[in-house]
Amino acid sequence: MPEIRLQHLRKDYGALTVIEDLNLEMADGEFTVLVGPSGCGKSTTLRMIAGLESVTGGQIMIGDRDVSHLEPKERDLAMVFQDYALYPHMNVAKNMSFALRLARMNKSDIETRVKEVAATLDLTAYLDRKPAELSGGQRQRVAMGRALVRDAGTFLFDEPLSNLDAKLRGQMRAELALMSQRIKKNMIYVTHDQVEAMTLGDKIVVMKFGEIMQAGSPEELYRNPANKFVAGFIGSPTMNFLNAELVDEGGALQAKGEGFSIPLPDARKGTLQAHKDRKVHLGIRPSSFVEGAGGLKMPIILSEYIGAQSVLISEMGGQRVAIEVSTVAPIRSGEEREFMVQGDEVHLFDPKTEAAL
Amino acid sequence: MSIASTNRLTPYLFLAPAGLVLAFALFYPICYMIYASFLDWNPSQRIGEADFVGLRNYFKLFGDDAFRESMGVTLKFAAVVVTIEMFLGVGLALLLDRNIRGMSVLRTLFILPMMIAPIVVGLMWRYMYHPTVGIFNKTLKSWGYEGIPWLSDGSWAFASVVIADVWQWTPFIFILSLAALQSLPSSALEASKIDGATGWQQIIYIKLPLMLPVLIVTLLLRLIDSFKVLEVILVMTNGGPGLSTEILSLRINRTASEFRELGEAAAMSNLLLIVLLILTFTMFIYNKAQEVRAARMRAAEEEA
Repeated sequence: MPEIRLQHLRKDYGALTVIEDLNLEMADGEFTVLVGPSGCGKSTTLRMIAGLESVTGGQIMIGDRDVSHLEPKERDLAMVFQDYALYPHMNVAKNMSFALRLARMNKSDIETRVKEVAATLDLTAYLDRKPAELSGGQRQRVAMGRALVRDAGTFLFDEPLSNLDAKLRGQMRAELALMSQRIKKNMIYVTHDQVEAMTLGDKIVVMKFGEIMQAGSPEELYRNPANKFVAGFIGSPTMNFLNAELVDEGGALQAKGEGFSIPLPDARKGTLQAHKDRKVHLGIRPSSFVEGAGGLKMPIILSEYIGAQSVLISEMGGQRVAIEVSTVAPIRSGEEREFMVQGDEVHLFDPKTEAAL
Repeated sequence: MSIASTNRLTPYLFLAPAGLVLAFALFYPICYMIYASFLDWNPSQRIGEADFVGLRNYFKLFGDDAFRESMGVTLKFAAVVVTIEMFLGVGLALLLDRNIRGMSVLRTLFILPMMIAPIVVGLMWRYMYHPTVGIFNKTLKSWGYEGIPWLSDGSWAFASVVIADVWQWTPFIFILSLAALQSLPSSALEASKIDGATGWQQIIYIKLPLMLPVLIVTLLLRLIDSFKVLEVILVMTNGGPGLSTEILSLRINRTASEFRELGEAAAMSNLLLIVLLILTFTMFIYNKAQEVRAARMRAAEEEA
């Protein structure tokens, strides 16, 4: 399987530039997730790779082949669509075998292949049914099956789970993860759901306004977000952002806000020195708060008990913050608790450029 | 009468005027026609004076070579015209189903012939087919060829009326097919592209099968219409030369006005009506079957 490279990719719709200069490399057999809010250009990028949208500028390389202007069928890929895009007039078996029949594969081979894939997807009992006679989850699996029988080099997924209900989505996500472990192929997956991105991706590409905000492993993006956008996009519940100032108190740097001050580790002193006495945006993940005596006294405005965890809504320096804690019993709203934040779990961002410091 | 039962009657009250009009304008003439077909009736007689002859008019028709020929011409005309129109109309729709600038103007131009009154269409084509001053023969002659006897030769005359009808009614199939094409699920077409289908394969395996329900209804509508065609042919050839273009409605017209056989004309009309009823019922049953199938699929989906 070849690696895929996007080089200076550009897409214009008339006078409107959707993607200006996109550069991205996907390693051999990697599961890449393009994630971002709607309108960020992730679907357009995927559709350009598929060959369903024309490329205005730049190149799409699959291996050492420039496929930018090739027909979709010449690119050796299979795709799963958001609305499944099944052929309504064909039964499940015909849907799955369509590409093979077009490729004039021999009949008995087609049948074995379809049966094999149908068995792995639990579709054997439905091979004679038309799409309209299937449930949403089954249709989704047929769409998946249609891509799988192809044995293409690259698999593209355009928000394949977003039409399913929450429970089914979780189930299918797990099945997808298993499938991608089993068949190590290039997979490019578009979603707006960061949970899908985190759980499925070997590499996550966060996009906004047609630009790549950051690309890296899920862990990298979670631990070291390159900017405020990525920090806010990745992780659930969302990261808290607070206004603060970097001050030097007795040789130790502190992030100081209204009513709180968090000491920062000496290791970061070198890079942060330049920003001393300036305003910064402070990012704290809800899970970075640790309950303990001697911490900051914080009022619990609202407590959302989920079970093993609770999300508490509180206030810090006049700004709302969410705190995630493990709970045995529900915490009541109206209480006051003490929380501490470790300096090395704090993210700092430049208020102007929003880049991480 | 209680208020509740008055309320239940209200819709029928509102429907009554339309029902009355329908009864007078539709059922009365049909019953009249059916009754007349059992009479030996001359236009100079009042209907009460005509002799009742039972089914004699019908038996006479089956033995009448001219009627059989006319029936044959009608069937041939309908078959030829509808086949050509379906191919052209669907083909044009497949060709023009794309977003090019000025396409909406083009589409409007395409459906213009359909909006012209049939008499006018007949007159227009009669002038164009004129042996000396018509545009076709003038053009042919200016290229050095001989003129074609468009309307004066039996087989050419049939071809000529076919051409005129195709010109007028292909747009009907074109707009319905285009509407069907544009309502096809775009993602299924994209999926077929990824699956490796060429343009032709997309048409044959995806577009046409998905358009089929619309195409069948369109075909039946056109078939019904082509059995009833009258004005264009009346103006162009009046059924001639010989009986080469005498379609059934022209035959009926002649039987009534020229041969003064009202009973026989009524019998012919009834036979035509039966043919049309069969076609209409076919369409009705097809539509019902589609609805039932859709309902069953929905039920299966909810169950699943």
